Amino acid sequence: MRIDPTALAAIVAMGVATYLTRIAGYWLARHFTLSGRVQAGLEAVPGAILIALIAPAAFATGVAESAAAGVALLVAVLRWPMLVALIASAAVAAGVRAVI
Amino acid sequence: MAGAEAPSHASPEPLRAQMLAGAGQAMPVVAGVVVFGTVWGALAVQAGLSPLEVVLMSGLVFSGAAQFVAIELWSSPVAVGTIAFAALLVGLRHVLMSASIEPVMRGIPPRRAYAALFFMVDEAWAMSLRRAGQGRFTIAYYAGLSGTLYLSWLTTTFAGALLGGLVADPARYGFDVVFTAIFVVLIVGLWTGRRDLPSWAASALAAVACHQWLPGNWYIFLGGAAGMLTAVLLWSEKSQSDEVREAARAD
Repeated sequence: MRIDPTALAAIVAMGVATYLTRIAGYWLARHFTLSGRVQAGLEAVPGAILIALIAPAAFATGVAESAAAGVALLVAVLRWPMLVALIASAAVAAGVRAVI
Repeated sequence: MAGAEAPSHASPEPLRAQMLAGAGQAMPVVAGVVVFGTVWGALAVQAGLSPLEVVLMSGLVFSGAAQFVAIELWSSPVAVGTIAFAALLVGLRHVLMSASIEPVMRGIPPRRAYAALFFMVDEAWAMSLRRAGQGRFTIAYYAGLSGTLYLSWLTTTFAGALLGGLVADPARYGFDVVFTAIFVVLIVGLWTGRRDLPSWAASALAAVACHQWLPGNWYIFLGGAAGMLTAVLLWSEKSQSDEVREAARAD
């Protein structure tokens, strides 16, 4: 098994970045009080980032990708397990691609 | 991590029982991790990581969302800065989570809390807050809970990496869309009500526009920033009191 030096650097940098996010709030809450406006902005970040990640694929790539995202949304809203969402999306994408 | 001396608000249960309680409550999550971890390990190998790099990333980062984003951005040569920055952005939710768990950890020495926070994933965080609400949170409970999740993440991602080479062309079977599907499920889990809509819509619009007209992965950051700015601009004392009322109702 191999470890590429650049890959190792990326992994360590990711680990440091993620750990900093995990302790930052604890550290801040021990030392400061955040304003409501700043808190509201931070609260919106996780959803906004995840939406930004999928928006090009879900809305502007192709019928198969949009259909797959739609099926995943339906499964998630119905609170069915993640596995169902994965299988259903993959099946729908493969199906649409076979037809078109 | 299961400390020798219990924090001041410890329940009278023995340490072993507290750890087992944590491990037991981790079990339903482990069922999900088996799927999530195996899929991620397989996709990571297809993206160009070796199985050893897979285990290393799982062990050092321990964040499903950050790791999925990383292999989506994984290229040859690896763009270290881009990937680390993406991990920072995706992890921003942790800032709020660790701020909200701080009162729960007041009875724990800070040095031990900083160690414990390395293992703070969404599920462990949520269950710890619930446990604290029952007045039964201890660091031993947290160790049993997050330790179980950590070990299951390491083993399932490694297993996925070893099995990953079996699927030659993911797009042929529709496997390439599982990223989108996973993030859609995570997004639905983040939904708190209609007040999320303006910021989410701004994020989607900005991301699609930036993806169209800007090079690279700027659409992720700029989309996220557009969503955050919208939330900041729309914030008012009134929406704040609505939130408090909603939270009170949820309790």
